[in-house]
Amino acid sequence: MNDITKELLSMISDFDEKFDGAFNIREDSSCAGRKSTENIKIENKKDEPGIEIHIKPGTKGEKVYIPACVTHSDVDDLVYNDFYVGEDADITIVAGCGVHSDGEEDARHNGIHRFFLEKNSHVLYEEKHIGVGNGTGAKRIDPVTDIYLADDASMEMDTVQLSGVDTSIRKTSATLGARAKLIVRERIMTDGNETAKTEFEVLMNGEDCAADLMSRSVARGNSYQEFLSTLNGKNRCTGHSECDAILVDNGTVNAAPALEASHLDAALIHEAAIGKIAGEQILKLRTLGLTEEEAQERIIQGFLK
Amino acid sequence: MLELKNIAWSLPGGEEIIKNIDLKLDDGKLIVVTGPNGGGKTSLAKLIAGIETITSGQIIFDGKDITKLDVTERAKSGIAFAFQQPVRFKGLCVHDVLNLAAGEELAELAACDLLGKVGLCANEYLNRELNSSLSGGEIKRIEIATVLARKAPLSIFDEPEAGIDLWSFSRLVETFENLRKQGTGTLLVISHQERILNIADEIVVIANGRVRTAGPREEILPSLLQGEVAPFCPYGKEERK
Repeated sequence: MNDITKELLSMISDFDEKFDGAFNIREDSSCAGRKSTENIKIENKKDEPGIEIHIKPGTKGEKVYIPACVTHSDVDDLVYNDFYVGEDADITIVAGCGVHSDGEEDARHNGIHRFFLEKNSHVLYEEKHIGVGNGTGAKRIDPVTDIYLADDASMEMDTVQLSGVDTSIRKTSATLGARAKLIVRERIMTDGNETAKTEFEVLMNGEDCAADLMSRSVARGNSYQEFLSTLNGKNRCTGHSECDAILVDNGTVNAAPALEASHLDAALIHEAAIGKIAGEQILKLRTLGLTEEEAQERIIQGFLK
Repeated sequence: MLELKNIAWSLPGGEEIIKNIDLKLDDGKLIVVTGPNGGGKTSLAKLIAGIETITSGQIIFDGKDITKLDVTERAKSGIAFAFQQPVRFKGLCVHDVLNLAAGEELAELAACDLLGKVGLCANEYLNRELNSSLSGGEIKRIEIATVLARKAPLSIFDEPEAGIDLWSFSRLVETFENLRKQGTGTLLVISHQERILNIADEIVVIANGRVRTAGPREEILPSLLQGEVAPFCPYGKEERK
């Protein structure tokens, strides 16, 4: 594992020279380290680049780390990772991606993750994305996440993209069984000429399933963000989708939450709000002794926390 | 000491809101500013805090001319301000804002103590966001707690009673009394409430942008309650004389 990978890992996870628990470190399209545990088995896929992660039924309180790093330009990394989570398991998966560009060519990671959660299992999925380096080539991260929740399964996604990624297209789809629950918390900040597009599509098939999608974004400089979400209620279910965006400088945000219901007892709500930081908020923090710039940064920091 | 020397403030269109006010506020006192709605109380408070900028005059605080200082600089010089209508924040929780106000990371116990002073059960609030999930009364009390956290030489409260329940108001009155006894700073409270007027060291009556009368509570309050200085009507007895 090279030093850039180590630095990127510390930014996107709690890496401190090692991981506790199962892990697989991907560096420039190769494996830079792997460890399975008694309950979490990681193995290569046979027909395409990537890994399968098998979590035994009933596994509780364990963490598995699946970070990916691109450490130089002219890398176009494509990986297919499948997660199989057994019945009654309750685990945390820490993914995330760091892209470092040092030349004229693009540096890209495209991670396609599929999650198959068996009955009554629960996953907390944490994902941080970051771009660094002075190369003129674009730093790109394009994650695709497909989620299949069996009856009574639940998944919480906590995804963050805070800086340095020139372009990003993030696609997440989910299919929910009976009483399954999906919670997504997404935070994105773009600056300069960066662009980020988020697409959510949730099929709420099972009776009494629930989905809650919340996206908070800050668009600074001349950056552009797009938020598309579709909640599709096909049974008695509850769904909520929310997009809050703050514009700074000449940033642009296009938010289009959509709802589709084909069952009388599908209760779906969407909210979207875009605007600059309220002057009253800045003023309040200034009365506490912060400068205007400090107040703005603190508000953004809290908003994206 | 805070000294206002002949200060005036007009709106951009020219309408005079504050008209040539001279006032001296001594250290360690609880001063209540009262008067009719629209008379200029909140404007005066905002001018002191630097939220608005005076059109003419001079403001001296602790012997220094702060007239040209902006709101941040005045806050740093020791002036705290509790807004009448507090703002909400998505993402900032109560503990975050108390830390910002205190200028340090407050221990949970210290933060709880501040919230207790405004009648909030702290454990339920510390990690809550200051967003629309909180009622107007809750937000108001948290706003007051942020000013208490600052421990500033001059704390300004703009109608602290507005929107809070009777029990919390009683707790707030006690807190003001305790702060006055401690004598650690000057409290400038804009209020119409008799219970707050009753604990004032001094009362300033403002109407129509001017100081109608000012002095020790014992002198001002009786006439105020009898309507002699017509605080609740800008065209009251004194105005008609």
